[in-house]
Amino acid sequence: MSLLEARDLELHFGPTPALQRASLTVQAGELLAIMGPSGSGKSTLLHCLAGILVPDRGEVHFDGARIDGLNETARSPLRRDAFGFVFQFGQLVPELTAEENVALPLLLNKVGRRQAIQEARSWFPRLGLDGLEQRRSGELSGGQAQRVALARGMVARPRVLFADEPTGALDSLTGEHVMDLLVESARAHGTSVVVVTHEPRVAAYADREVVVRDGRVLAVAALS
Amino acid sequence: MYPLGVYARRIVLVMTVPLTLLGLMERRPQHGYDLKRDYDTWFGRDKPLSYGQIYNTLARLTRDGKVVVSDIAPGAGPDRKQYVITGDGATEFDAWLRSPVEPEPHLQTTLFAKVTLALMLERDASGYLDRQRAAHLRRMRELTEVKRSGSLVDALLADHGLFHLEADLRWIELTTARLDQLAREVGR
Repeated sequence: MSLLEARDLELHFGPTPALQRASLTVQAGELLAIMGPSGSGKSTLLHCLAGILVPDRGEVHFDGARIDGLNETARSPLRRDAFGFVFQFGQLVPELTAEENVALPLLLNKVGRRQAIQEARSWFPRLGLDGLEQRRSGELSGGQAQRVALARGMVARPRVLFADEPTGALDSLTGEHVMDLLVESARAHGTSVVVVTHEPRVAAYADREVVVRDGRVLAVAALS
Repeated sequence: MYPLGVYARRIVLVMTVPLTLLGLMERRPQHGYDLKRDYDTWFGRDKPLSYGQIYNTLARLTRDGKVVVSDIAPGAGPDRKQYVITGDGATEFDAWLRSPVEPEPHLQTTLFAKVTLALMLERDASGYLDRQRAAHLRRMRELTEVKRSGSLVDALLADHGLFHLEADLRWIELTTARLDQLAREVGR
């Protein structure tokens, strides 16, 4: 059974169809790339899978349970406990230090501050961020900020990490480093990854790719 | 498709074996055996040179005055000769090393021919491009794995392949977006 599944998702923004009968599955521990041109609906699909957006029609199942029908109160802990997120621009909280940013998902999960910070700190050497624990986002380079964001996405050991253009704002070499770390971290913890990208070099890190065009997921059979 | 070894061979073909051997000899005088070992390590991973190729090339370079034989050690066997690059050889190698390789635009690729013919014959060009994209990405995954698990030399070689495949993929995306337009043009 798939860990995560979208079945015939449809979503409109006003009169514009963003998703049209979009279906896909994600297996436990799998790295899946969602590719497609700008405006094709790939980020919208990711947001529906992650419970950030609710589709007009269709179903989203996670770990055997349907989640698209849950209200915000029920979806919120799911996003906090089971899912991790990395976005194009790290979107770190500027008022917090790097280690507080990483600890944030744990603090929101009611983990004690001392333990959360301790756990957060353990990610810094793993991601080559030693010595940057007390810096704020304005004092970090793009690559450093994205690695902090990756640590924040992984610190609560999510079942699924959603990454939306995680290297989009980085140069090739830095982006490659971030992807290496993302893949290593996910593999080490058995975390599934859904990465949205328009960059083939990023998609090449995934086990499998699907292509979204005009809100539709291209039939897998056609690609095999 | 472009297996890693093909890239090695393509690079080697452009470099040419004699010039590469001259470069290795400029580093230091070498016996034929050592030259083969160095060549295979750096440039012939997938397709090592035979001893015949090495000694034939060295004989030609010697005949042309690019290399001289020195220090013939006593004893049997062909490996006792040490080869030293001459001034002429060093000049030729230096000129080659400085000159850029001719850029190859590859205007008439198989990909282009397939798409155009599919449209002319009203076949499924879009489906072909989708399958080609999947095949390219499959190869890119293999090369990415080579990069992640291999040495820096492997990684650089894999990068060369990845960038070329990526260029093809960009063309595939652009062509996919323009298929209707192209169909009208070839249908005239």
